[in-house]
Amino acid sequence: MKNIEFRTAASAQGGLVVMAGVPGVAAGSRVQLRDHAGRVRSGLVIRSANDAVLVEVFEGTDALDLERTWVRFLEEPYKLPVSRDMLGRVFNGSGRPCDGRPPVISADRRDINGEPLNPAARAYPREFIQTGISAIDGMNSLTRGQKLPIFSGGGLPHNRVAAQIVRQAKLLGEEAAEFVVVFAAFGASHADARFFQESFEESGVLNKVVMFLNLADEPVIERLLTPRAALTAAEYLAFDLDYHVLVVMTDMTAYAEALREVAVLRGDVPARKGYPGYLYSDLAELYERAGRIKNRRGSITMIPVLSMPSDDITHPIPDLTGYITEGQIVLGRELSNQGVYPPVTVLPSLSRLMKDGIGKNFTREDHPRVASQLFASYAKALEVRGLAAIIGAEELSDADRRTLAFADAFERRFINQSEDEDRSIHETLNLAWDLLSMLPPESLIRVSEEELAKYHKGAA
Amino acid sequence: MGKILEINGPLVKLELPQTVLGEQVRVGRLGLVGEVISRDGNTALAQLYEDTAGLCPGEEAEGLGWPLSVELGPGLLGGIFDGVQRPLQAMWEQSGDRIARGVAVASLPRDRRWHFVPDPGRRAGMPLFGGEVLGTVQETESIQHRILVPPQVQGELLELAPEGEHTVEDVIGRVRLADGRIEKLHLFHRWPVRTPRPFRQRDHAVAPLITGQRILDTFYPLLKGGKAAIPGPFGAGKTMLQHQVARWCNAQIVIYVGCGERGNELTDVLESMPTLTDPHTGRPLMERTLLVANTSNMPVVAREASIYVGITLAEYFRDQGYDVVMVADSTSRWAEALREVAGRLGQMPVEEGYPAYLGSRLAAFYERAGRVETLAGDHGSVTLIGAVSPPGGDFSEPVTSHTKEIIQTFWALSKELADARHYPAVDWLESFSGYVSSAAKWWADNIDPGWEAARAAALDLLAASEELQRIVNLVGVEALSSEQRWTLEAASLIKEGLLQQAATDEVDSFASPEKQFALLTALLDIHRQGMKLVKLGAPARRLIQMPLLAQARRWKSQHSSDDLEALKAKIAAIPAAFEPLLLEYAPAAPSSAMEEIRP
Repeated sequence: MKNIEFRTAASAQGGLVVMAGVPGVAAGSRVQLRDHAGRVRSGLVIRSANDAVLVEVFEGTDALDLERTWVRFLEEPYKLPVSRDMLGRVFNGSGRPCDGRPPVISADRRDINGEPLNPAARAYPREFIQTGISAIDGMNSLTRGQKLPIFSGGGLPHNRVAAQIVRQAKLLGEEAAEFVVVFAAFGASHADARFFQESFEESGVLNKVVMFLNLADEPVIERLLTPRAALTAAEYLAFDLDYHVLVVMTDMTAYAEALREVAVLRGDVPARKGYPGYLYSDLAELYERAGRIKNRRGSITMIPVLSMPSDDITHPIPDLTGYITEGQIVLGRELSNQGVYPPVTVLPSLSRLMKDGIGKNFTREDHPRVASQLFASYAKALEVRGLAAIIGAEELSDADRRTLAFADAFERRFINQSEDEDRSIHETLNLAWDLLSMLPPESLIRVSEEELAKYHKGAA
Repeated sequence: MGKILEINGPLVKLELPQTVLGEQVRVGRLGLVGEVISRDGNTALAQLYEDTAGLCPGEEAEGLGWPLSVELGPGLLGGIFDGVQRPLQAMWEQSGDRIARGVAVASLPRDRRWHFVPDPGRRAGMPLFGGEVLGTVQETESIQHRILVPPQVQGELLELAPEGEHTVEDVIGRVRLADGRIEKLHLFHRWPVRTPRPFRQRDHAVAPLITGQRILDTFYPLLKGGKAAIPGPFGAGKTMLQHQVARWCNAQIVIYVGCGERGNELTDVLESMPTLTDPHTGRPLMERTLLVANTSNMPVVAREASIYVGITLAEYFRDQGYDVVMVADSTSRWAEALREVAGRLGQMPVEEGYPAYLGSRLAAFYERAGRVETLAGDHGSVTLIGAVSPPGGDFSEPVTSHTKEIIQTFWALSKELADARHYPAVDWLESFSGYVSSAAKWWADNIDPGWEAARAAALDLLAASEELQRIVNLVGVEALSSEQRWTLEAASLIKEGLLQQAATDEVDSFASPEKQFALLTALLDIHRQGMKLVKLGAPARRLIQMPLLAQARRWKSQHSSDDLEALKAKIAAIPAAFEPLLLEYAPAAPSSAMEEIRP
């Protein structure tokens, strides 16, 4: 059947083609379409019955003449050839090379949908990854095997933050050589794609990066393949070749919108804001491919970037993402407007796996409590700042004024850093104590009394 | 034998005459399993528990003749199962890191031998009823597994095996049923998950479930056999709170259902439970724990089934006379699985795309909780704690609002508290418990008769401070009277010294009821003593500077539940801390004023 071309397309609309009279086609099977101009497009079977087969065409159905369209069913799922030679290469959104170099030759071709990892086979992420960014390392630490998204908004510097993480991320100690990056962009602008490419080039990591690019003017349905192809490459590098893989995916909002577009065409019942009810499961299939596996050396750490439509964190895309990922780094417009970079809004940011990757034996003993104290003191300080805005700073008590000064210093010195500033975790924690020392020791109840005596600069 | 007609996501249309709704089917070359959800003439629609990619129309399909059932017998505890009770540990050993499709592995280990001790009262020739105890197997050091007669079996006991080693499949007894047929009994039996297991009658729930979490036990108690919900937006600490309850609660069996949640969270439970000790028995926690895991990346239909698998396992241990806690994380993911299938069936959506039967399904599920008199005449309970993940943290969405009408204890998590790292982020204004008066009886009998009044006093203080905070936010703290400022300070003392509890702090993670009550009354005492002084004219500013307040905030993590004497000594010294101020503001009659303010 693989070699038979069917010319029975019955209807076509917005990326979907209905084939009539093709019995026994496997669900999920890959399809090749040849149009009247001889151009070959690929697609997937998304619904199969004996009398009608529904095919999703990645390149879209524009200029398709039903009478002059020939379709072959390849009887296998969409697969990606994997090999060590992928490193340093650039692929398009469906995994074909687009850097002008020859295709990757490999007998090892993997189903891009992957298979769910057995929860019993997972190893819990524990090793601290130093990103050199204080707001992340100090208060929302990343661990190896974690999925920690960046929630951003249009016009915020999420790409610069992601690139800085890629440049600076390292494990304390060893294994720097085994670290590689899989970068996937869907719906990205040409400028963004070039920014990443140049940033990797400048820092000399380009030969350790595999890029999958589906740009903003490329087919929308292809975006459903891009992250899957990228993650298939990442899984191969991590669990077959023992690399520690950092996966950066941007922008998940473009992915979810593509999913919605296809769902509407299929006639799926919409749930929230027109997104299909399976958006959660679909996102989870991607995000949950991060992690570590027992008895394997490699790991997949994932940093998905998503722009929150109208900066709304309750929008379905950030909301469902937050329920699946292990925390989130939230970028804020207010800080960004004040010239703070990276504009990490720490209060809604969170790293769920932080507690197990920091402290004694990992970073420094006082780290967990210092982080907790910074959160509490800054939250308190923001309350005071809100009050000062109403009643005026003159009316504040001395204690409140000190708190205000702390908030300013925290934003200017702790969160703010330059794009090429790589702070070690010790520098970050020492800086934290410098700032906490601006506050009276008795107000710092999250840290222990011994730590106060040791680090607080105002303590006797 | 039938065949596949159409494949649409997890739904498969089959030509399968004579099938029954709910029947298990096996389809295709891979032998994927699913269940029939509707029938129309000779065709049936089935939802499959595994991914359908690669299935072709025309492939074979067969009905298996039974509904989705679980195996109930020794070998469950300490295990981790998927949404249709396949043992994940065994599957990992057998088929590798990834869950391959079509793998059939028996839920209970078939080769393991258990030491069976028959019930001494049973003799051949005696009548036997469903649910009665045939004998016991010491499954773990702390849990004795009672081997039950399957609930539907009733007849004359012909034979019962003597004490000895048996696998779960060995015949350990035979019964002559009323119709003369002979039924063989094993160490295990099967039960369909969508049918609640029978019991004699429902009992009143009387004892609170002690979780060691102060905001829960002291303020919003849950009873053994009760129903609770934990709603909260992401990042509010839902999972952490559930883990804490699973770790420290005084139930004998804990069943944790990870329904559509993160894989790493289950790994965390799997890795940490064996290293933790049950504070009530001193044994490793894993011995009393059982996990059902259908993580978010596993097939959606098995997710829908997973909470029924979990609750049936819970009922089975209840029927053995145990107090069981089942934690379902998260019921929202279950509801979404329901919605996904309903959407594919083309059913008319009502709110947010959910089908109209969402509310009734939820209610029927929660009704499987309760304290009962079992068929064997024992008492057991299933306490059900369901997490809810409202989209955008909006409690008015369908799953949260339906759940709120069903449950009695509502532990509402707040994003604001979590953002300020106030954990557990249980909102004391939004939460409620319908069990306070029942719990008060227990606290009065076992801890102190003053519990109910102290709890109310603390809640009053918190409510008053909320009012005052609004004024402060408008005009600043200087506008408050000394009395009001002291109220605000005392409320903050209760929040930081009592309500906040650090799960990661070894000492603070668990607080016994005695410790909870000691801290509660101590902090209220500080408030009362200070208030007397304020009334004598002492400015609140002086009181707020007292070192006692910073010290009292640390008591919770300085004294473990076993070390209450030292804590009580500090509490006894509270009046002394106020003495210098008292001498200053009531110099005329210090001794009489002292008398007056001592409780």
